Amino acid sequence: MQITCPYCGARDAQEFAYLGDATLKRPDPDLDSAQDAFHDYVYLRENPAGAHEELWYHSAGCRRWVRVARHMATHKITSAQFSCDAEAAL
Amino acid sequence: MRYSLFNVIVNGLTGNRFTGPAWRDASPKPEYDVIIVGGGGHGLATAYYLAKEHGLRNIAVIEKGWIGSGNAGRNTTIFRSNYLLPGNEPFYEWSMKLWEGLEQELNYNVMVSQRGIVNLIHSDAQRDAYVRRGNAMRLAGADSRLLDRAQVRAMLPWLDFDNARFPIKGGLLQARAGTARHDAVVWGYARGADQLGVDIVQNCEVTGFLRDASGAVTGVETARGPIKAKKVALSVAGSSSRLAKLLDLRLPIESLVLQAFVSEAVKPLVPGVFTFGAGHFYISQSDKGGLVFGGDLDGYNSYAQRGNLPVIEDVMEGGMALMPLLGRLRLLRQWAGLCDMSMDGSPIIDIGPLPNLYLNAGWSYGGFKATPAAGWCFAHTIARDEAHPLSAAYRLDRFRTGHVIDEKGVGAQPNLH
Repeated sequence: MQITCPYCGARDAQEFAYLGDATLKRPDPDLDSAQDAFHDYVYLRENPAGAHEELWYHSAGCRRWVRVARHMATHKITSAQFSCDAEAAL
Repeated sequence: MRYSLFNVIVNGLTGNRFTGPAWRDASPKPEYDVIIVGGGGHGLATAYYLAKEHGLRNIAVIEKGWIGSGNAGRNTTIFRSNYLLPGNEPFYEWSMKLWEGLEQELNYNVMVSQRGIVNLIHSDAQRDAYVRRGNAMRLAGADSRLLDRAQVRAMLPWLDFDNARFPIKGGLLQARAGTARHDAVVWGYARGADQLGVDIVQNCEVTGFLRDASGAVTGVETARGPIKAKKVALSVAGSSSRLAKLLDLRLPIESLVLQAFVSEAVKPLVPGVFTFGAGHFYISQSDKGGLVFGGDLDGYNSYAQRGNLPVIEDVMEGGMALMPLLGRLRLLRQWAGLCDMSMDGSPIIDIGPLPNLYLNAGWSYGGFKATPAAGWCFAHTIARDEAHPLSAAYRLDRFRTGHVIDEKGVGAQPNLH
């Protein structure tokens, strides 16, 4: 599998470290509901058998975080962009 | 028909005229007391023990494909009970005891072969860790023995003992561990459950759930029509998140792929199971002679039941570092199974989280060895609506309460387990 890093171009997935689901949002620790919210954030996953937004770190390359849209059953990658750019666009 | 030497002789002389199918290919009835979703080893064992130990009769096991077509047919057939933590070890030791009596229990040859497992030691720190683990096993009633270098050499003379980076210093042996014929385990439980009146319904995919106004689960929607049930039990390793989504639930599970490999068949070489302590590599030899081995998960989430080349390379490197003669063998085949990786690497056997729903999931890459005990404890949980003492730690809410069972100490990052 290759991931097209926005900075380095198409690179082998082995150059990247995998973190996982990119759609999780770290909850506000000051809220009353923080304990439940952190449980959901740390442990619960959608884990779809289809389109998945996920974070990969280009550890053997430019060392930037890349947000990749990948299909979990076919591994087809439909987009890869810097996670900061992706966050800003949301 | 009860299998016996007499029956083998009679059927052998009469062209198998009196043998029938080992289980019925049942059509679903409109309603059951218990529906078990998933016809793998765990689901069928659950049905068997529900009928045998708890006297329930109106039970169905419904399976999307054919029974044993998922991970039950894709594992590396090892059973062992060499765990460390108190939430795990008594459970796996009970599973070991069930394995030891399984063939008599089921009247079926599941080819249980207690050849032993050796976890190799490469450093002083690792020896300390294995001494601790061995003691923890003994405290739970399991067997363990620490081997020195000469004892390991006597068992496995062809290992690379003086590897410059990872010399072999000894090993932790569990002599009662071993392997079993994975398909026969499924068939044996299916036949046993069928004889107790359980309906095994194949080619019947669950497409949704029946719910009442309060949200309680009252049955399943399937490709062959709706089926009502007083209790619905999920035992669908690899597809747990997909079925949970039909119930608007999210589980502490990510799906990853684990590969396994078989070499060409050779004469008896590997006397049991052994594992590399420095890399991730484990190997045993099948009765047909092929060396069966595997290693790490493919490092990212996936539902593709096939593996990727970088992990194949990694596993082969681990094997070559430990056992250089492996390089003279040809690889015969390679496959991959879908692992329900839970967030702490330990399983979930629990009631809920919805009324009338029961969950057996998150077996990570260690579900095969647990098959008898998982069925035993899950059946108890379903029949009595309470956790079995041996699986009491496998609660779904342990992540909320902080009682995680993290054998490896990696944390909520399943791709690193």
